Amino acid sequence: MIKSLDPRVTRAEIEIENPIAPLNELDQWETYEVFHQKKRGDQHMHVGIVHAPNAEMAFLFGKEQYGRRGFSVNIWVVKTRDVFASEYDDSDIFDTVPEKQYREAGGYKVMEKINKYKKGV
Amino acid sequence: MNQNSTEAIKELLYKMADDLLIIGHRNSEWTGLGPILEEDISFSSMAQDKIGQAQAIYQLLHDLGEQEPDTVAFTRNANQFHNSQLVELPNGEYDFSLVRHFLYDHADQLRFEALANSSYEPLAKVARKVKGELKYHVFHANTWLVKLGSANEESHSRMQTAFNDAWNYALGMFEKSAFEDQLIAEGIFEGEDILQEKWLANITPYLIKAGIEIPASSNWKPVFGGRIGQHTAELSPLVEEMSEVFRYDPTAEW
Repeated sequence: MIKSLDPRVTRAEIEIENPIAPLNELDQWETYEVFHQKKRGDQHMHVGIVHAPNAEMAFLFGKEQYGRRGFSVNIWVVKTRDVFASEYDDSDIFDTVPEKQYREAGGYKVMEKINKYKKGV
Repeated sequence: MNQNSTEAIKELLYKMADDLLIIGHRNSEWTGLGPILEEDISFSSMAQDKIGQAQAIYQLLHDLGEQEPDTVAFTRNANQFHNSQLVELPNGEYDFSLVRHFLYDHADQLRFEALANSSYEPLAKVARKVKGELKYHVFHANTWLVKLGSANEESHSRMQTAFNDAWNYALGMFEKSAFEDQLIAEGIFEGEDILQEKWLANITPYLIKAGIEIPASSNWKPVFGGRIGQHTAELSPLVEEMSEVFRYDPTAEW
């Protein structure tokens, strides 16, 4: 039996030779992605993952894991397998984005007028 | 508030705070040993909430002239505790801990809910403050009870067995105090009878969903005595372990 400074461990009467069989793959609960919202109207932000057998339980765990410190008003949980994610191999689809400054508001000609107005001309 | 009602209030506060401290300690014994990481963290966090609620009530007792919260919590002997025997029973397997959590937290939530309107304002204030915590605790308990009660044969029979073991102890939570009539008359607390009635109404729908049967009321044998310091042999070692560090050096600053 394992004798520990922690009385709870000693009480558990754990054999020293204690072969723990690894879990089968299907014995693992699936994962849920957790999103929390700091205040009403804010975007929900992705904060992490929990293992859970269903959505309610994922919420319970998400609340404690990610919502017990700081402010939270709302939590979303989504099954990880329901998230459609792009492949990292395809990340070249974003390659030319930095060149397209004409798509950014900062590139508009009207900015000159706005800057002039701000300067009080 | 006359001298007489102060005694009545103290009795009420002691039993509440002692219930919270002892169940908080018991539940914290799962820390690091819980069934899975996420649940371990959740159960431990709720155990901390319980200790925090206990401390708030020991503080009210201190305001009424009792000793400091730490002194009250850590220097009494088992027979000076007013907790119900339900909360001192060993954790057993996780099924028993969950069933106890379910039975206790429903009662705790209703007790605080009633006290939010108490004529004793300091307690009403604490009751309003812990409302959200209790709502989460009860939601956690309901979710597990229904999930395990209806998952498979083994989980269902374990939950039913744990429930049968806990039931008469749970009824013992509603042991009346000597000041019962006075507390009711002065609008301090609605009384244990009404509380038990509400509790039964609240837990029943979840038990039905979980497929767990309540024993026939003719077989109910509430285990009383905890409120007047009569405890099982389990409480003394718990108190000793809980207060070991404090007693090592009572004057230490934390």
